[in-house]
Amino acid sequence: MQRTDNKARLTAGENRLKDLFVLGQAGDADAYKSFLTELSGHLRAYLRRRLGALPDEVEDLVQETLLAVHNQRHTYDVDRPLTAWVQAIAKFKLVDLLRRRACREALTDPLDDEVGLFAATATESSDARRDVAKLLDGLPDRQRQAIALVKLEGRSVAETARMTGMSESSVKVGIHRGLKALAAKIRNGT
Amino acid sequence: MRTDELVDLLACNVEVVAPDSGARRFAWALGAGALGAALLMAATLGVNPALAAYVQQPTFWLKVVFVAALAAIGLVMARRLSRPGARLAPMPAVLAMPVLAMWMIGAAALLSAPAEARAGAFFGQTWAVCPLLVAMLAAPVFAGVIWAMKGLAPTRLRLAGAAAGFLSGAVGALVYCLHCPELAPSFIAFWYLLGMLIPTVVGAALGSRLLQW
Repeated sequence: MQRTDNKARLTAGENRLKDLFVLGQAGDADAYKSFLTELSGHLRAYLRRRLGALPDEVEDLVQETLLAVHNQRHTYDVDRPLTAWVQAIAKFKLVDLLRRRACREALTDPLDDEVGLFAATATESSDARRDVAKLLDGLPDRQRQAIALVKLEGRSVAETARMTGMSESSVKVGIHRGLKALAAKIRNGT
Repeated sequence: MRTDELVDLLACNVEVVAPDSGARRFAWALGAGALGAALLMAATLGVNPALAAYVQQPTFWLKVVFVAALAAIGLVMARRLSRPGARLAPMPAVLAMPVLAMWMIGAAALLSAPAEARAGAFFGQTWAVCPLLVAMLAAPVFAGVIWAMKGLAPTRLRLAGAAAGFLSGAVGALVYCLHCPELAPSFIAFWYLLGMLIPTVVGAALGSRLLQW
């Protein structure tokens, strides 16, 4: 009985998150925000259980994984479960961190369960040790400006293009490249 | 920056995103890679003058179909390994089928040949260089496939690198068919496959360095 409930809950989580994500892909910012918020709770719970020896790393890795999900979101195949896609990314980022820290023994829980990611959630976040805002400041000017105006101040791409003298497409490219560069900076810890 | 602030940033003014299966990237990679391999082959080896005679022979087409099948299977695997959470099964089993079929055909051809002709059929004239030349022609394709994968999101980097190597080995071997004088099935079943395995091993070894994101 318990198992059936659990399974039903996972399926419901999969369906709801997938709906939100697909709406987000279509440009629905509210749905996408709900998706990312729920996902960060799941990621936090998932990573907390697996980073027992490195509790300080959890929030940093939640942020790194969120950015990875965002930057690679074009690679999701809508015919496949969202769980499998997100979990592969989370595990990839986790293994990468552990390899860099060279401490696989920190692994307190096996990594190979297929459907676990949406099973648990943790909403209260601890502080990230690394400040993404500082890393943003280190980006090249055009990328930093595009992200600051469009993504932080919420101005439209057209308005940003007028304000900066860039074309609309170079604003979009600046955001895209800037967020990729940010992910690389996070990973390299610079 | 707190995580909810990062979420706000990522969701703010979010762009419409079209799903990308990588089809166009892989088409470019293979087109440019095969062209590079063909130019490399023409410049260093040359098209075999006897090619017009080879194409009359069924064993030539058996070779081409074998190599093309491996390339097609390699492409499916490379594309699956380029996206997080995609399932690789049943592709390894599918890959085994043409290999086993070619081994059986090669073994049957060897067994039906007179004993003194067997070594000649298996080693041909070029066994010592064939795998290396296949690997050489794979290099431009490999560069293209790695580029294609980097635009997607492989998460099993060793396997993805190996699949990229195998795919480029198979495409390189396909180009090599234009030069290669060997038609014996047992030669193809062993030496061509060995040639494809060189970039496969290289890809597995370099995968985590080349494909990390």
